Amino acid sequence: MKAQEEERRHTICVLVDNEPGVLARVIGLFSGRGYNIDSLTVAEVDPRHKLSRINIVTSGTTFVIEQIKALLAKLVPVHEVQDLTVEGPHVARELALVKVLGDRERLVQALRIADFMHARLVDSTPGGLVFEVTGSSEEIDAFIDLVEPVEVSRAGVVAIGRGHSILGARETGEDG
Amino acid sequence: MNAQASSAPSAETNTRNGAQVVIEVLREQGVEVVFGYPGGAVLPLYDELFKQDAVRHVLVRHEQGAVHAAEGYARSTGKVGVVLVTSGPGATNTVTGLTDALMDSVPVVCLTGQVPTHMIGNDAFQEADTVGITRPCTKHNYLVKRPEDLARVLHEAFEVARCGRPGPVVVDLPKNILMGPAPYCPRHAVRRRYAVRRDPDPRRIEEAVELLSRAERPIFYAGGGVINSGPRACELLTELVRETGYPITLTLMGLGAFPAEDPQFLGMVGMHGTYEANMAMYACDLMIAVGARFDDRVTGRLDGFSPGSRKIHIDIDPSSINKNVPVEVAVVGDAERSLEALLQAWRRRGLGSRRQAVAGWWAQIDRWRAVDSLRFRQEGEGIKPQHAIRRLYAFVKDKDPIITTDVGQHQMWAAQHFPIHKPLRWLTSGGLGTMGYGFPAAIGAQIAHPDKLVINISGDASWIMNMQEMSTAMQYRLPVKVFMINNRWMGMVRQWQDFFHGSRRAESYMDSLPDFVKLAEAFGATGLRATKASELDEVIAAMLETDGLVVADIQVDPVENVYPMIPGGAAHNEIKLSPEDDGVQEGISEEGMVLV
Ligand SMILES: Cc1cc2nc3c(=O)[nH]c(=O)nc-3n(C[C@H](O)[C@H](O)[C@H](O)COP(=O)(O)OP(=O)(O)OC[C@H]3O[C@@H](n4cnc5c(N)ncnc54)[C@H](O)[C@@H]3O)c2cc1C
Ligand SMILES: Cc1ncc(C[n+]2csc(CCOP(=O)(O)OP(=O)(O)O)c2C)c(N)n1
Repeated sequence: MKAQEEERRHTICVLVDNEPGVLARVIGLFSGRGYNIDSLTVAEVDPRHKLSRINIVTSGTTFVIEQIKALLAKLVPVHEVQDLTVEGPHVARELALVKVLGDRERLVQALRIADFMHARLVDSTPGGLVFEVTGSSEEIDAFIDLVEPVEVSRAGVVAIGRGHSILGARETGEDG
Repeated sequence: MNAQASSAPSAETNTRNGAQVVIEVLREQGVEVVFGYPGGAVLPLYDELFKQDAVRHVLVRHEQGAVHAAEGYARSTGKVGVVLVTSGPGATNTVTGLTDALMDSVPVVCLTGQVPTHMIGNDAFQEADTVGITRPCTKHNYLVKRPEDLARVLHEAFEVARCGRPGPVVVDLPKNILMGPAPYCPRHAVRRRYAVRRDPDPRRIEEAVELLSRAERPIFYAGGGVINSGPRACELLTELVRETGYPITLTLMGLGAFPAEDPQFLGMVGMHGTYEANMAMYACDLMIAVGARFDDRVTGRLDGFSPGSRKIHIDIDPSSINKNVPVEVAVVGDAERSLEALLQAWRRRGLGSRRQAVAGWWAQIDRWRAVDSLRFRQEGEGIKPQHAIRRLYAFVKDKDPIITTDVGQHQMWAAQHFPIHKPLRWLTSGGLGTMGYGFPAAIGAQIAHPDKLVINISGDASWIMNMQEMSTAMQYRLPVKVFMINNRWMGMVRQWQDFFHGSRRAESYMDSLPDFVKLAEAFGATGLRATKASELDEVIAAMLETDGLVVADIQVDPVENVYPMIPGGAAHNEIKLSPEDDGVQEGISEEGMVLV
């Protein structure tokens, strides 16, 4: 039943207490149960309340995704879990640093591609250039395909819901 | 003597040290007993324990035993069990017990010593990455790095252990934190950040009652979650089952949630459950799962699991729902509150008993019952293990005993042949299947219930795994009765080898077994032995009459097998009832062979 259903990519955002081990807990949940992590980013987003946001891109059947969300929500330092893929429109961006090496001709070519793909030149050395590119994962893939870099460093997907959909610390009141 | 004084702040400094804070939290949390084993990293805590009387320490003989004892304490009282061990090997020895508690949802707080904070990461003497090692086998764990976090973390640890779906929590305590000054923070002042939904959604309750009121072939399937929820939940379950007039089955972990000798009880479900329970699960049109997690030992092959039924699932843990089996009505909430709501809704609708309405279903169930799937033949002087357990039951049924088991055939025979009538009386390792659980668990239960009869139904191989705890039982004069079903084999392993591996009995014979009578005597306990059926009653009577720890070595038929059996990967209607029931081996698929 489960196996026949199609796997789908989901972008899940998790608001957590920024405490030691929280990332290990989230990653351990995925590795321990054999779920995929396609991309993961984490950073503190609310220093006053010491809250961090983890953005996870994962793929799985509806069953698996529901299971992942339920398991994430169960972790003690987790405040809120949002599945942007099902909860409505959102924007998702990624940042990459892309290094190209080669002769002048190659570098000029890379500069031209960078120009029309809105990548920014952030470093240049004799025979080498580093570009910064932000955009959807697909745009970054496309840029990389075109410039044929020697090295890529990608930051992973960061995502946020559109409009009034807000991932904020839920009130943890006692339920009875 | 004066507990109040010792953990109170000293007059001059008005501060406690970390160890005193720990004791104060234990006191405030109502902890009466801690199961532990000392070592360098926790000596400051032992020093404080020594100076007070409020919290009792029970010295085990192996840290695994401490966790199982805490589990036995917890499972027989509904309270949190507490463990205290040292760093390094003390902590690593708890891993099996913690995993066991996680799988079976047992509330345990385990305090582990740790090297001082400034030495963490240096491969210091007896350092282990305890939070790293125990992260996957705890509900949550903590390393306390700052004295100001200590009290808060400890209070939260208790909260997390008992709240919602219970489980084990580790708090790793560096020695300098225990020795240095630390502020206290009372329980009520700790900000709660862990909340679990306990009240069910009323709409789901209405949907559930709607289905319940129209079912033609209903069955209740209840599990350990009802026991977790508490005795009141078990009463409500019993009321609901009786008011509806529907049949009920229980999982291994749920035994005791409904009185076993009630005619509406079909016996245990699953791999070694009764024919009638499994057939009813297979053929029902409505399944009401309460605090049960559709374990693979219950469902068998998933695509053959109750193919024609709609399912209601009541569970406090949303991640249990739709995990293995999709359900039509998911009720997220505590079993007690959900059952209460269901019962009220049932009464509001004035539905009354539907026993007559489902008379055809009961007639079918009676036909399955007539198969008498737990039958066995006790003939001659050889002792059948099932017979031994039934005789034990005959002797103690009016004494309201607490039963613990180890893992293997004897565990299944105990589940089948020793009826459990009330919750908190049946302590067994279901999810992890930990051999060696039963004896220390019995010790924990006996500590909690000094005047109750506590019996560990064990197997020869399992019992050897934690038999060192005899010394604990002797020290604290715990009158645990060990009823050892001794078949000289790792019986369950031998059974699988006989069924699925061409009877090649690799390494499953228990060669060089000790003389259990002398072994018991060496510890100062009493050893008894029955080798013939005619000796059985006498030995059981003597075991019950003898004060203190007794080990009864019941030498049974070595090659008896557990029936019924649904082989791994088979469906409920593919149940094997007896050795005459054609070779199980041929019936099992490759997919089934990989299951455990
Ligand atoms: C040798 C061997 C053979 C076995 N054979 C069988 C067998 O034949 N039949 C069998 O049934 N088992 C058998 N088992 C045990 C099996 O492996 C599982 O441990 C067992 O089936 C799980 O029981 P459960 O579904 O009641 O869940 P538990 O493990 O008891 O889980 C409890 C469930 O209730 C939920 N819950 C917890 N608290 C609450 C609450 N307050 N309110 C509502 N829900 C709550 C939890 O979230 C969880 O989903 C065997 C084990 C061994 C070792
Ligand atoms: C710690 C541990 N190791 C191995 C196993 C695998 N195993 C399951 S049952 C069993 C045999 C148990 O033998 P015994 O305690 O004598 O009980 P019997 O089956 O003979 O009643 C074994 C080895 C286990 N469950 N636990």
